[in-house]
Amino acid sequence: MSVMQKPETIERHTMAVLVDNESGVLARIIGLFSGRGYNIESLTVAEVDHNEHLSRITIVTTGSPMVIEQIKALLSKIVPVHKVVDITVAGPSVERELALIKVRSTGEKRVEALRLNEAFRGRIMDTTLESFVFELTGDPGKIDAFVELMRPLGLVDVARTGVAAIARGPEGM
Amino acid sequence: MSQTMTGAEIVLKALKDQGVEVIFGYPGGAVLPIYDEIFKQNAIQHVLVRHEQGAAHAAEGYARSTGKPGVLLVTSGPGATNAVTGLQDALMDSIPIICISGQVGSFLIGTDAFQEADTVGITRPCTKHNWLVKDANDLAKAMHQAFQVATTGRPGPVLVDIPKNVQMSPGVYVPARESRRKSYNPQTRGDLSDIKKAVELIERAERPIFYTGGGVINSGPNATRLLREFARATGFPVTSTLMGLGAYPASDKQWLGMLGMHGSYEANLAMHGCDVMINIGARFDDRITGRLDAFSPGSKKIHIDIDPSSINKTVRADVGIVGDCAVALEDMLRIWKSGGSKSQKNAVKDWWRQIESWRAVDCFRYAPSETTIKPQYALQRLQAAIEKKDFYITTEVGQHQMWAAQFLKFEEPNRWMTSGGLGTMGYGVPAAVGVQMAHPKSLVIDVAGEASFLMTMQEMSTAVQYRLPIKIFILNNERLGMVRQWQQLLHGERYSSSYSEALPDFVKLAEAFGCKGVRAEKPEELDGAIAEMLAYDGPVIFDCLVERHENCFPMIPSGKAHNEMLLGEADTEGAIDAAGAMLV
Ligand SMILES: Cc1ncc(C[n+]2csc(CCOP(=O)(O)OP(=O)(O)O)c2C)c(N)n1
Ligand SMILES: [Mg+2]
Repeated sequence: MSVMQKPETIERHTMAVLVDNESGVLARIIGLFSGRGYNIESLTVAEVDHNEHLSRITIVTTGSPMVIEQIKALLSKIVPVHKVVDITVAGPSVERELALIKVRSTGEKRVEALRLNEAFRGRIMDTTLESFVFELTGDPGKIDAFVELMRPLGLVDVARTGVAAIARGPEGM
Repeated sequence: MSQTMTGAEIVLKALKDQGVEVIFGYPGGAVLPIYDEIFKQNAIQHVLVRHEQGAAHAAEGYARSTGKPGVLLVTSGPGATNAVTGLQDALMDSIPIICISGQVGSFLIGTDAFQEADTVGITRPCTKHNWLVKDANDLAKAMHQAFQVATTGRPGPVLVDIPKNVQMSPGVYVPARESRRKSYNPQTRGDLSDIKKAVELIERAERPIFYTGGGVINSGPNATRLLREFARATGFPVTSTLMGLGAYPASDKQWLGMLGMHGSYEANLAMHGCDVMINIGARFDDRITGRLDAFSPGSKKIHIDIDPSSINKTVRADVGIVGDCAVALEDMLRIWKSGGSKSQKNAVKDWWRQIESWRAVDCFRYAPSETTIKPQYALQRLQAAIEKKDFYITTEVGQHQMWAAQFLKFEEPNRWMTSGGLGTMGYGVPAAVGVQMAHPKSLVIDVAGEASFLMTMQEMSTAVQYRLPIKIFILNNERLGMVRQWQQLLHGERYSSSYSEALPDFVKLAEAFGCKGVRAEKPEELDGAIAEMLAYDGPVIFDCLVERHENCFPMIPSGKAHNEMLLGEADTEGAIDAAGAMLV
C-alpha cells in the first residue's frame, strides 16, 4: 500500500542534532515541532565544542514512522544544523538523564527516603534537618520510578535535565 | 585585500557582486543609510513600490520570470511585517527572494523602540533562513550566505535584518567565496541505484504518467529540455501542477493539461489509473491528491525532489530520489539510452486509447452565451489575441486563476506566475510589475478578479511611475467568485459576504492612476476591446464584465478521489458531504 495508513503505530525516537551555537537556533528547532504539531518529550542542549561553537541537542520525540522520517528530514534542512542522527535506529545507545529531587520530611519518612536514595545509587547534594536534595542519574524510567516513591515521603520539587544520548561503540556521530 | 566600508556600503557592494540589477523597496527611518547609498550609485535600479507586500511579490515575479533571485528592501516594524505575506508566498512556492530589512539600532533592540518588531522572530517560520546582523563585520558574510541559501537546494525566501547603527558602522567586506557556510550542503545528485530502479519501473510501465511540478521550472532550462526529451523518448503522457505549467508545451499531443482540483478530466483519471507515476519536482499537494487514501491506488510512485522532506511526506514513494530535477533527468536519460531501453509500446498504445476516450469528454466545455461574456470565452479570446506574442501571465487567486490555467496555453517555462501554495489574492499586480521590470519589451498580463485586484491595486501607481505597460485583465463577476462557488456547492447557497456591494468604476480608476481603462460588457465587444488594450503602450486596466454565477469545472470536491470529479452543474447535486465541507 503506497498511501499513508491510519492509524499508524506511534514510535518513540531519540535524535542527536549537531548545530552551530548561534542565536535563534533553538527557536528554529522548537518552531519546527510546534509549527507542525509534532511532539517533544524531552530536549537538552549545550555547547559541546567551544572552538567550533557547536552545540549538541538531544530530542526525544514520538510519532508515526512517516512523521519520524519527516522530523529527521526537516531538522537536517535547518541551515545551522550540521548533522542529525536518529539514535534509536542507528544502533545500541546509552540514554541518561540527571534529576535533582527535593524531599521534605522527618522521622520514619526521612529515614525511608534516605534508604531508597541509597538503593537507587543517588547522591545527597544538600541536607537540612528536615530536607534532602538528591541527585540521581539514569534512564528516564528509573527517575520516574524514584520520583513516584518520593511522593508519599514528602516530595517538594523535581528538576530534570532531559535525556542526553550517545551511541555505544567507538564511532562518533 | 579585505576592504573596510560602512554597513550600508557593504550591502550595496554585496548586491552588485551578486549580480543584482533591480531591487524593489520602500524607505523608512531604519533603512535610510542604505537608501543613501542607493542614491549615490547607478548600477542597481531601485523600484519604489506602494506597499511592502508589493515589493515581495514584485521580487517573486522578477525571480520566477528570470530564474534569478529577486531582492526587496523594507524598513523596520511595519515595513517588515507588511512583507510577511510575500515571504510566506515565496516559501510555499519555492521562489528565491532576498529581503533586506532595517532594524532599530542594536542598542535599542528589546526596548519597544519606535518601529521595532522582532523581525527575525516573526519571519523565522516564513523564511528558509534569516539573519539578524549585529556587527558590520558579519554583514558581507550574511548577505552572501543569504543569496546562497535562497538560490540553492529548494529555493526560497531569506531575510537579513540590519540594525541602523550597523548600517552606519565600519566593517570588513568579504567576497562570496569566503562566505560559504559549512553546515549548509543541499544534495543535488540523486542516488544512482535509485535512478536505475526508476528506469526499470519506467521500462515495464504499461499505464505510465509524468506528473511534473514547479521543481522542473526552478531547476532551470536544462530540466525543461530534458523532460521534453524523456517524454518524447518514452511516448508517455505528461501532466503538471499549477506551478509547473510551461515546462511541457501545451500544444504537444502528449500534454494532458493541468491536474488537480480544477485540472483536466484526462489528467486526473490518468493519475488515478496509472501503474507507474513519475513525479518530477512536485510535492503531492492536497490540491493534487484529493482524498489521500484513494489517491492513485494501484501505482508505483517515483518521486524526484530536491527537498528530502518532500519525499514520503504524505504519499509514500516506491522510489524516492533526492536531487535536482535536471541532474536526475540527465542521469535517467543516460541510463535509458545506454541500456537501449524501450517503453512497452503496445500497452502504452492501449493506455493512450483510454486517455483519448477521457479527452473526448472535453471537460473544459461550457455553455456559450450570446448575451453575456463567459469568463472562459474571454480567456479564449485573450489567448487567440496573444498567442503569437512574447507574453508573460500573472494571476490573482480565485476562479479566474483556475480558468487562466485551463484556457491559456504555455509553451515555455517561466511564463506563468501564480500564487499556488499560499493562494495569495493580490499577488498578480505586483508580480506583473516585477516581471515587466525584467522583461521591458514583453507583454505582461495579470489575469485578475475584481476582488483580488483591490488588494494590491496601488501598484498601478508604481507601473505608471516606471512606465511599465502591464495589462490588468479583470474578469469582473462582482463576486468573490471562488468563495461563492464553494458556498453554492458546500454551504447550502448561503452567500455569506461573497458579494462586494460596492465596487469602483475600474475605467475611471484607471484614469485616476494615469492608466488607460477599457471595458467590455458584451461578447461582440470583446475582440475589439482586447485589441485596444494590447495596442496601448502603457498600463491598462481592462474591466471585463463576465457572467456572475459561472462555476469553475471540472472540480474534485474536497474529500473526494480523482475519479469522483464533477464535470458540470448537473453533477453537483448532493455531491459534497459534510466531511468534505470540513476541508478547505
Ligand atoms: C488574501 C486572501 N484572502 C482571502 C482569500 C480567500 N479567497 C480565495 S478566492 C477568493 C475570491 C476571489 O475573488 P476574485 O478576486 O474576484 O476572483 P474570482 O474568484 O471572482 O474570479 C477569496 C476571498 C485568499 N485566497 N487570499
Ligand atoms: Mg470576482
